[in-house]
Amino acid sequence: MTTTRGRLRAAAALVISACLLTGCSKGADTGDTGTGAAGGDYTIWDPYPQFDDSSDWVKLLTKCGTDAGVTVKRTGYDTTDLTNKALLAAQQGNSPDVLIVDNPVVSTLADAGVLTTTDELKVDTAAVEPNLLAAGQIGGKTYGIPIGANTLALYYNKKILDDAKVDPAAIKDWAGLTAALEKVKAAGKKGITFSAIGTEEGSFQFLPWFWGSGANLTQLDSPQGVASLELWNGWLKNGYAPNSVLNNTQTTSWQEFAAGDFAFSENGTWQLANAKKTGFEYGIIPIPSQAGGTAPAPTGGEFVTAPVQTETARYAVTEKLIGCLSSSDNALTTDTTLSYIAATEAVQQKQVAANPELTVWVQAVKAAKGRTSDDLGTKYPKISQPLWTAFQAALSGSASPADALKTAQTTAAAATK
Amino acid sequence: MAHDVSAGVPASASAPAGAAAGARAAEAVRGRGGGGRRGRDPGRPARRGRGHWTAWAFLAPIVIYLLAFYAYPLYRNLDLSLRHYTVRSFVQGNAPFSGLDNYRDVFADPAFGPALLHTLTFTVVSIAFQFAIGLALAVFFAQNFRLSATLRALFLVPWLLPLIVSASTWTWMLNSDSGIVNYALELMHVDPVNWLTSPDWALTSVIIANIWIGIPFNLVVLYSGLQAIPAEVYEAASIDGATSWQRFWRITFPLLRPVSAITLLLGLVYTLKVFDLIWIMTKGGPADASITFATWSYRFSFGSLLPEFGPGAAVGNLLIVMALFFGLLYIRFQRRQA
Repeated sequence: MTTTRGRLRAAAALVISACLLTGCSKGADTGDTGTGAAGGDYTIWDPYPQFDDSSDWVKLLTKCGTDAGVTVKRTGYDTTDLTNKALLAAQQGNSPDVLIVDNPVVSTLADAGVLTTTDELKVDTAAVEPNLLAAGQIGGKTYGIPIGANTLALYYNKKILDDAKVDPAAIKDWAGLTAALEKVKAAGKKGITFSAIGTEEGSFQFLPWFWGSGANLTQLDSPQGVASLELWNGWLKNGYAPNSVLNNTQTTSWQEFAAGDFAFSENGTWQLANAKKTGFEYGIIPIPSQAGGTAPAPTGGEFVTAPVQTETARYAVTEKLIGCLSSSDNALTTDTTLSYIAATEAVQQKQVAANPELTVWVQAVKAAKGRTSDDLGTKYPKISQPLWTAFQAALSGSASPADALKTAQTTAAAATK
Repeated sequence: MAHDVSAGVPASASAPAGAAAGARAAEAVRGRGGGGRRGRDPGRPARRGRGHWTAWAFLAPIVIYLLAFYAYPLYRNLDLSLRHYTVRSFVQGNAPFSGLDNYRDVFADPAFGPALLHTLTFTVVSIAFQFAIGLALAVFFAQNFRLSATLRALFLVPWLLPLIVSASTWTWMLNSDSGIVNYALELMHVDPVNWLTSPDWALTSVIIANIWIGIPFNLVVLYSGLQAIPAEVYEAASIDGATSWQRFWRITFPLLRPVSAITLLLGLVYTLKVFDLIWIMTKGGPADASITFATWSYRFSFGSLLPEFGPGAAVGNLLIVMALFFGLLYIRFQRRQA
């Protein structure tokens, strides 16, 4: 009797451990790829976890699904998390039907063979501004359609500039900006804050100055490139910018500006809503280039993409969903919700008509450039990392701007060979 | 992958112990079951075989657990580090075997030297201070004065706070321009220090924060170790006229040795793999000034837009080997004690 019970127990233990191994819950899998082409569930992943089911964004997704005759299952992930999730899902063969992903990631995913091209899916990208679409183009193929764009410009504190007798509208080039910072400092206030952190965020903030000098990412240590790093370095040395920029994220840099002591902040379209809450009068100017005029800032914002599915019959509905999300009316709603600038000129005009404050941003987006553009694609990350290491080294004083960029160029050249 | 790494490091340290326990259990089961039956019926090999299977069935859960949650991730991490992964081969699962190329790349990387040096400095300095301060506090609180329990509880606060809270708070306090530490320095007419943004200070800053976080662990373990030392020994010593200094060095310290050893070993394993604190405070920067193996491995695998799992896993494995080395050292030390 005892042995039987013992054996039973042993058997039970075996079953349980076998369960642990294979994952008994597998049986309850909802099977999002198993349903037929018509009707059924379609999955959408986006990087907007801040929106819940009652938000306009999720309501739009649901409506697009209903219009296409399917049920939409939406999951919002943190941006940084989404790339890894998308890669893992592709490895396991259960990619979502629609993936909305940060634009520099598109080339990485496309390189991994995870995404379909817009030709395959018959998505119309003709109306999209070419400089925005470029971030999703590799080797002559387009892998998605931008949902909208954001970029960087300079916010300024009106009162501080008035007190220092600086006219923001007159700042057209680097020399003008540095002169303005000098006046602000002389008036006893702090100059400018930005983010020079050692991550992609830092590179994102450095690029307007780098590109604004005429430098190219394929040659980091060009005289123009060195000039742009010397600009930042000079600001830190002269006390126009605080030393904490080295550790600032764009959010902490914004908090410094919002505290009211700084004249300028290099920040993005997404801070517009917060700018109204600061309690002081603010304005926005485009980032000037070295020689004058608007510098090309990197584009932010997501692409709507369609990951490769084993069941190609699903693409018909996916195309309808993407078409719905990028249609003019819906794009206007979405971009307003996300505080983005639309990717098509028609919608941009509607946005400016509704809110004249956006004029500067539309101008900045028109001058903007995708980080993975110029056919850099997956080479960009390998250039970006040496670049952020270089400005961190220069600003922290461990190397001169020229030396730091020279090292960066050697590293980048070796990595992208 | 860094995920495997963080799970792998403690695993590697406990795996030998776990395996040993499993083997002991197997022996015990086999010994008891076999012995009993032999007494009843010595000449029946068939039944003995079945008893053998029952024993293995009992063992199965722990064996499967160890295989699934320790052996397999470690194997995967090793496999990752020996292949040339690109995002494409990661998705399609056909990464070519590249031998020790990833390790060669890692060793040849200009960040290798600083990362190794920082990892060792971070670990040794952190543990030395954590242990010394923890021991001093443990001896202090062992005297059981009024309010000692309350005060001791207060010392546990760093342990109770989520790491992201304490690390972010340290970041704010050490901010170059608006941090309270520099404000205090200014009040004392000392020049402000760029704690997190100067290449000379970044590593020191993360070490200070890590010491603060590690003290409670050392305090708690050493305090409970002190409770196990019989009071009579101290009584006898005071009758013999030993000073408190002599009591500490001649009684407390030697009798605490086994507890100290395990505290140091655990501290070592915890400290070697500290990642979140450094990542939140400095991201390993400025320009690699506070990079350690843990943050380096993470940066390879997840820190940029283009993941490099191969070198990431290779760095992770180096960490595991370091932890394993000290684990074996501990086992040797324990054997010599016994």
